Amino acid sequence: MEQTEADLIAAVLRGNAASFEPLVQRYSPRVFATARRYARRESEVEDIAQEVWLKAFEKLKSFRGEAPFEHWLMRLTVRTCYDFLRGHQRNRESPFSDLTEPENDWLERFVAQPETASENADAAKLLVERILERLSPPARLVITLLEIEDRSVKEIAQLTGWSVPLVKVRAFRARADMRKILAKMARDKYL
Amino acid sequence: MNIADLQKKLLAAARANPPGDRVPYAFEKRVMALLVARAATDYLALWVRGLWRAAVSCAVIALLLGAWAFFNPTASTNADDLSQNFENTLLASVDQSDQAQ
Repeated sequence: MEQTEADLIAAVLRGNAASFEPLVQRYSPRVFATARRYARRESEVEDIAQEVWLKAFEKLKSFRGEAPFEHWLMRLTVRTCYDFLRGHQRNRESPFSDLTEPENDWLERFVAQPETASENADAAKLLVERILERLSPPARLVITLLEIEDRSVKEIAQLTGWSVPLVKVRAFRARADMRKILAKMARDKYL
Repeated sequence: MNIADLQKKLLAAARANPPGDRVPYAFEKRVMALLVARAATDYLALWVRGLWRAAVSCAVIALLLGAWAFFNPTASTNADDLSQNFENTLLASVDQSDQAQ
């Protein structure tokens, strides 16, 4: 018979470390999907996921069971991803002259006829990754959670540990920063 | 180029392409192996910490006893007696053989 989540957590807390394995197996897809939003290389994604699980094991005593384990784990994952972003700030000042041909084509299409530039194109996906990489860690986190994952301000506050007003301020600044980066890209490309 | 429209379009592109949730093969086994290795390291650290505490306690006790022996005059007399007694006991057989001759 399959053990429930609460049974597994109780067993781990009693010292049966092996009961942690089914939890890792069950929730790793969510952890990996979240980590892939912030890290591009697969080795970095694995490092983040590993770090999340090691922290989860260490801090399991602090899980009180009032909210689902998944929510607690997602908070830990988002905070680990944020630490990763703060530790790996790169390519933030590089020029946009190195856009690939499909990216350039997509932009050309958008300039000529915005409605024909598909949102499902790989070029658009790569382009948005480039833009997000240029944002500061808090701006990237808040844009990802608010605009891409469509979470509420309150949820973001719970996930990040920031206050609701701070999330709102950071979201406002992040949108403005993103527009500045897009304007810079337009200048680099067309001037 | 309309920057606000471009922003909307790119964010829509990001929403339309969520990242995959594929987990590498045997990832959970790797995590469990790391946890076991960490626990072993923790035991070692526990021992090292305990031994350091014991060493510090022993050093403090030795210092206190040294100070007590140094500042207590009766202790020094006792120490003389003790050393004399020890010497007498150790050399008792030699003394006996000397007396026999």
